[in-house]
Amino acid sequence: MWSYVTRRILATIPVLGVVAIVVFLLLRLSPGDPAAIIAGDNASLEDIAMIREQLGLDRPLLQQFILWAMQLLGGDLGNSIYLSRPVLGLIVERVEPTVALALTTMVFAMLLAIPMGVLAAWRAGSWVDQTIMALSVLAFSVPVFLIGYGLVIGLSLELEWLPVQGFVSFAEDPMRFASHLVLPTVTLGLVYMALLARITRATMLETLNEDFIRTARAKGLAEPRVLLLHALKSAAVPIVTTIGTGLALLIGGVVVTESVFAIPGIGRLTIEAVLQRDYPIIQGVILVIATVYVLVNLAIDLAYPLLDPRIRF
Amino acid sequence: MKRFILMVALLLGLAVPGAGIAQDRATTLRVVVHANLQILDPVWTTAFITNRHAYLIYDTLYAMNSRFEPLPQMAEGHEVLENGLVYRITLREGLRFHDGSPVRAADAVASLRRWMARDAMGQRMGSVTSAIEATDERTFEIRLRELWGLVIETLAKASTPAFIMPERIAMTPPNTQVTETIGSGPFIFVRDEWRPGNRVVYRRNPDYVPRAEPADYMSGGKRPLMERIEWLYIPDQNTALAALNAGEIDYYEAPPLDFIASMERNRNIRIVNIDTLGTQGLIRPNHLFPPFNDPRARQALAHLVRQEDYMRVVVGNPRLYQNFCGAFFQCGSGNDTAVGSEAFMRPNIDRARELLREAGYNGERIVVMQPTDRAQYNAATMVLVQSLRRAGVNVDVQAMDWSTLLSRRASRNPPEQGGYHLFITTHGGPDTAAPVSNIWFNSRCERANPGWACDMELDAMVADWAREADPAARRPILERIHRRAWESLPYIPYGQYTQPIAVRANVQGIVAAGMPVYWNIEKR
Repeated sequence: MWSYVTRRILATIPVLGVVAIVVFLLLRLSPGDPAAIIAGDNASLEDIAMIREQLGLDRPLLQQFILWAMQLLGGDLGNSIYLSRPVLGLIVERVEPTVALALTTMVFAMLLAIPMGVLAAWRAGSWVDQTIMALSVLAFSVPVFLIGYGLVIGLSLELEWLPVQGFVSFAEDPMRFASHLVLPTVTLGLVYMALLARITRATMLETLNEDFIRTARAKGLAEPRVLLLHALKSAAVPIVTTIGTGLALLIGGVVVTESVFAIPGIGRLTIEAVLQRDYPIIQGVILVIATVYVLVNLAIDLAYPLLDPRIRF
Repeated sequence: MKRFILMVALLLGLAVPGAGIAQDRATTLRVVVHANLQILDPVWTTAFITNRHAYLIYDTLYAMNSRFEPLPQMAEGHEVLENGLVYRITLREGLRFHDGSPVRAADAVASLRRWMARDAMGQRMGSVTSAIEATDERTFEIRLRELWGLVIETLAKASTPAFIMPERIAMTPPNTQVTETIGSGPFIFVRDEWRPGNRVVYRRNPDYVPRAEPADYMSGGKRPLMERIEWLYIPDQNTALAALNAGEIDYYEAPPLDFIASMERNRNIRIVNIDTLGTQGLIRPNHLFPPFNDPRARQALAHLVRQEDYMRVVVGNPRLYQNFCGAFFQCGSGNDTAVGSEAFMRPNIDRARELLREAGYNGERIVVMQPTDRAQYNAATMVLVQSLRRAGVNVDVQAMDWSTLLSRRASRNPPEQGGYHLFITTHGGPDTAAPVSNIWFNSRCERANPGWACDMELDAMVADWAREADPAARRPILERIHRRAWESLPYIPYGQYTQPIAVRANVQGIVAAGMPVYWNIEKR
């Protein structure tokens, strides 16, 4: 087990190395100049050149990469070009909204999707199944921003139940923290819920046709017990795997959702950095996200033996 | 009894914070700004957002009134000595920086020196200045090498003016960013609450000494009436608009122009025009390469422009634009003239084709940069492309984001090697309204803005205009400049329009200063 964990963690190093090189090159080879943006619309060419020199952007690409790689090896993600502040600090400042949104979204999606998937599989082919599947196709197909604007119009502007935008820290006011998260969570969670519901249904359908389920039913076990304790537990591995791989979907969705609801999280930080070519921030955020993605999936892999004792490392 | 006490406690618990929030709301102005404030030094960048931040926390020596006359602001007044070669300026009494230290002449001198090293107009003034020196605690002198009639106008200019900082901060080299934010302006920057990309907070400066005169454009008494100003950065326009509708924000700095009509129908929202001059749209040809290195090709371009078409697409609402504005220095300004523009009031495609042929254009690819992430520029570019195609021009439209365009427009390479022929941009405010400060009008070849307009004869006329201190004597020079400009065409104006702000109906006292300013505003 521990040797497996160590191997997996060591395997992330080359992955992150490749990510770092690709991101660095993609950013430097794509058009756009942060110095021109910093200088402003009315700046002279001399001003732009001076800023480029100050930022070290006039140096050869290899030299820039070596400098950045050395920093990185020392655990330093560098400083933001615009704010002259450490990238790591900026990411930490933005973690709370993004983590809060990601967690509430996952919980919301799982609480809805798993019962829906189980119900659809149990009543496969019936109107219940068809309705659930139709709803999940709809939730998966409608763009996140459209769901967001629809909810804002309905729940914020018409009914005035919830705030339109912004984020309040939990430490500042737990009630306002919760009220600001409802709309973004529902917006982002619907897509995630649709994906999970479909996977749950598919794996449950397969499991419900297994011999041990037939045996359980023949023994006279109550249907809820068969569904939840026997079938769902057996179907849990693919569902949990989807929760992990769905994290990528969630990260993409967070970027859009944070923009629609003006949440100052990592998604917004990334968009702003991309639009302004703040290279250190983009590089830092992508490395952090890649690390989180790898670690979450490692944690999910490690959870398999808990769900299925036949799996061993 | 216990139940009663519990109920009272609960009510108090609910009501007291509620009262606090209501109180906060009455004294806090929540503003959605057009950009994310990231750079705090107004000398280091020309970004509009930094300029607006600077107006909150710093003050200027002079400021323009609504007739574009320079009036004293921090200055008490000035004397012009030695036949116009010496300007002796005295500061008002009682001015203090946010750290409590008095504003001295030495602070103004250091601030001016730093600003003159970077600002385009400051550099022009610097080129004729031999010395700036403090003569006592409140007085300093600007000594000129040669006559220059625009000293006070330059100190009063609205965009990127000389903001006055404490001497120790202003001694920072001009190419190094200042990170301290101590000014003597009406509001104080609250650094602890600054969350870049989200929120900027200012609090009222209780020690600010406003001038006694009423506020007029950028001049007069700047009374900080709100206890707190919060700038929120909400880049999504729909969200910002919804937040204004819901009363979560009070002031929307740059609402999308196509939403204005629907906002006007909402009785909780007021649309206010704070920009008496407006914004001028311009088509910038690259003067380095054929065909637009030939003035006839640029004239052909001007013959293809029907300003109304651009305005209809970019602005939409006819109340926000004029059908035709032939003034390079903005319609409605003191330098408003249409001399020379008569031939271009209506498009003339046949004449455009003829001029293009004369300029040697023979169907070569014309590279037009299209910034797809700037709605107004994108729309104007599409109109431009359509009009070029109508005239038989072989157009290569290259879509890109604004930051790519900014870096590419600085390229002096030929269009087929990463350069370009045409792009669209805008400018506005009093700086645009004068030949010497209008940066896109600057025709000093390699020292001009990207596109490198090159007409030294025109530049010499501008220098004559700048030397002349008498406004009446400047007028004939201005008309000569204007006639020449419509022949030389450093750029082609495609219309003038205003960008109003949107506020909640209870926001009062807004000063029409050409840009959003936050003094004198209160919520009733």
